[in-house]
Amino acid sequence: MSTLGTIAPGPPVNGRRGSSSMAMRSASWRVTDRIGLGIAWLLGLIFCAICAAIVLFLLIEGLRFIRPSMLVTNPRAGFTQSQTGGFLGPMIGTVIVALIAIGMAGPLGVAIGVWLAEFGRPRAMARIAESTIEMLAGAPTVVLALFGVLLFESEPLGFLSVTNSNGVVFGKSFFAAGTILALVALPLVVTTVREGLQAIPDHVREASYALGKTRIATTRRILLPAIRPSVITGTMLGVGRVVGDTAIILLLLGDTPLQGVGSAPLLSTLRGTGSTLTSYIYNNAPTGELNQPNKAYAAAFVLLAIVLTLNVLVDVSGRRARERRWS
Amino acid sequence: MDLSDDQRAELWLGALVCGVVVLLLAMLGFILREAWPSFAHNGLSWFGSGGSADRQLQSIFDSGTANGPQQYEIHAWPMIWSTVLTTTGAVAISFVCSLFVAAFLVKFAPDPIKRVLEPVVRLLASVPSVIYGLVGVLVIVPFIGQHLITESERASVTPVIQLSGYSLLAAVLILTVMTAPVMIAIFAEGLRSVPRGWLEGSLALGVNEWRTFWKIAVRTARPALIAGTVLACARALGESVMLFMVSGSVGFAPNPADGLIVLFEPSRGLAPTILQNTDGLSSPPMAHTLYAIAALLLFSALTLSLVGWAVKRPMKRYQHAGGVA
Amino acid sequence: MELSHPPAIRRLHANQPSAVARPPVTKGPRVTTIPQRHNRVQTLVIERMAVQQWSVSYGGNPAVRDVSLPIRQGEVLALIGPSGCGKTTLLRSLNRLTELTPNATSAGWISLDGVDISTLEPTALRRRVTMVFQQPNPFPMSIFDNVAYVLREQASRRPRRAALKAAVNDALARAGLLDEVAGNLDHPALRLSGGQQQRLCIARALAANPEVLLLDEPCSALDPQSTRVIEELIVRLREEVAVVIVTHNLQQASRIADHVAFMYLGELVEYGTARTVFERARQERTREYVSGVFG
Repeated sequence: MSTLGTIAPGPPVNGRRGSSSMAMRSASWRVTDRIGLGIAWLLGLIFCAICAAIVLFLLIEGLRFIRPSMLVTNPRAGFTQSQTGGFLGPMIGTVIVALIAIGMAGPLGVAIGVWLAEFGRPRAMARIAESTIEMLAGAPTVVLALFGVLLFESEPLGFLSVTNSNGVVFGKSFFAAGTILALVALPLVVTTVREGLQAIPDHVREASYALGKTRIATTRRILLPAIRPSVITGTMLGVGRVVGDTAIILLLLGDTPLQGVGSAPLLSTLRGTGSTLTSYIYNNAPTGELNQPNKAYAAAFVLLAIVLTLNVLVDVSGRRARERRWS
Repeated sequence: MDLSDDQRAELWLGALVCGVVVLLLAMLGFILREAWPSFAHNGLSWFGSGGSADRQLQSIFDSGTANGPQQYEIHAWPMIWSTVLTTTGAVAISFVCSLFVAAFLVKFAPDPIKRVLEPVVRLLASVPSVIYGLVGVLVIVPFIGQHLITESERASVTPVIQLSGYSLLAAVLILTVMTAPVMIAIFAEGLRSVPRGWLEGSLALGVNEWRTFWKIAVRTARPALIAGTVLACARALGESVMLFMVSGSVGFAPNPADGLIVLFEPSRGLAPTILQNTDGLSSPPMAHTLYAIAALLLFSALTLSLVGWAVKRPMKRYQHAGGVA
Repeated sequence: MELSHPPAIRRLHANQPSAVARPPVTKGPRVTTIPQRHNRVQTLVIERMAVQQWSVSYGGNPAVRDVSLPIRQGEVLALIGPSGCGKTTLLRSLNRLTELTPNATSAGWISLDGVDISTLEPTALRRRVTMVFQQPNPFPMSIFDNVAYVLREQASRRPRRAALKAAVNDALARAGLLDEVAGNLDHPALRLSGGQQQRLCIARALAANPEVLLLDEPCSALDPQSTRVIEELIVRLREEVAVVIVTHNLQQASRIADHVAFMYLGELVEYGTARTVFERARQERTREYVSGVFG
């Protein structure tokens, strides 16, 4: 039984209240506030519309011009667009270049990320390393491409590409392009690994140290497997960037059909030149040499499909990364 | 000396990190070394204007393959100006739009729209620039050329430059769409990490949600706003492929004195210039010139990062709890 | 009202008739003697808010069941009870903060000066009924900006700093902070000590000139010295505003409260003056809680 003092009678019981709607809350807003909200809505929806427009446009145009034969034939010379073949070579080129880049950037990125998060002494070097990686993340890809030209056209690295009879190193090969693309993907992997490791609370590490495990063993056996979804996310983000890059390909891959150098089976392709979907699109656009818009649309469709798939995979893996709970 | 596992690992990893850092610093050094002849020959007039940049580039290239004195003279102002215009235009528009969209995404959008908008932002961020360029050159450029530029406008500038749809407007529009997703993602992350206690405290004082969001959340997220802007600027600076396809390939400095027509004038920024002249790398003076442009780009990106870092520092004063006063 | 019976007191010797199943009167922390109360000035008591048959559920789980009590200016009302008994939910209902939770539903009515608060604009209501939270949450601005925050938002045109100075100083004085920070109002608020931050939050809440001040365990994160200062402040403030304080610290409630409402499992078990509840509670459950049988 509760004891009550006298209470002024109130209005009759009103039982309907749930959470109030925006409309009710916005009644007390000023005009500027409401205009602001309106702008936010407008821009948000415009943004969605632009994305939808781009994707739909490429979808429609791509479907109009793509033929299954394009996926399995190589480009060849011809007079009309229907005679110039497909883009199998470029597709293979994209895959090769992505594999090389991730093959290098993946392990390297994990190593650097681990060092930054788990060791990181002396402090000065850690700061320099972080700043350098940040500089790399912000560097224009053309600049990296030029650096690649400098690097791979030099004598010592001539074995990675063709050296012609005058002793001039050609400097363009899958190796060259892949290496520089690894530099492009590196900051993404490093950042993802580092943040993933920093998100693991200390008590997990302490539990492992208390059992007598060394730092490196803890990292290898406990921490790295734990951040595997993050690593996969970072890697796939890197692949996304690598697959979409054009400037480095144009400068470091040469624009030829897939042709190998030398006779060793795998190495010859890697030392050789080729092209990728991005350079194919670039060349077939009206501003490029070949000017075949239909082919460009078809190839763009395929490229966009690859990027979309990667995005979905990143989404899924990112969700799995977020589901990890530590406490 | 018998090293423990940990010490060995630290040494190896440290050496690896050292190696990468040395490589990257060497990159800086090499590029500067290759760029030096071009800067040395031109001095400060490298950055100035004078003469047709295209003709200068051509003569530089020719002098490399011919026998005779090597030409280095270049006045790169038209390209610098073009880069400045496209970058600042795109980042300015993108900043405003991205802030609103990020606010919308974090707070004011209803759940179903939120679920659609987030993947949309991520998707747009990962579309390759060559595809943006393709859409630009096949859709936007003809649209501008055929529908937006009138004959009288064309006639008014014919003696100087041809207007054909490859224009500043197309470049800025597409660059805005390219940089917006990056900014939105970083802004949204910053806005989400505002402590709930502050927002609740403001609401409990009788301030409505919109103003709470702007006064507290946006103010707190200012470092993220700076970071996003710097990153977007860096991306815009380094964009070569899309700009090459869309902004025209003429070394022309758009002239604001022309009024609105300036939007329709073609130009070519620093990064697209490198791309256009990659065949010229075999000619030494051309190579030096291109490396000089690359050095300028790299230096600008670095300066941007520094400026961003410097601007963020005083903001930290009010946001972190210190010791007992 | 269903109350489960508390566990039976263990008897030492079953056949000793003198062993009684009553909470032993021991020399332990005796809450039943009211500790030294802060010096009180007799105040004029005016009824400000009335809660009538108020219930709140979160997605079907009832948090507050059918509570009715008055809130008066001139006195401090303490809501006490074990964790999860609904006192914080009741407090947050008074300024409609419960509406921020999506799945909250409510029934009954609460009135402020005779007007049903659900008919008021939420933002207008929250300026008349302000709240101070458990964790001090000053905004990441200077002290001056923190206190002036509400004043700036209330004005239709941005007021100049000089115009705000008087109001800011007044609020800081009422919160007992002016002496300590008068020298430097541009100091970042987050650099103050915990107690000072909490007083700043009180000053911020007072700057809006509220009629009711809600305090959600304001001292639970503070050291005893700061707690004492804030308690004295609360007792002084009750003359100007109605104060409702949620606390799990029974000694604190007995030190500062005029009326006490004891809640258990969402229901209002007992409401009465502090003296009554702590010394001669009518309900057995109240007596048990107050003497520490359960918490």
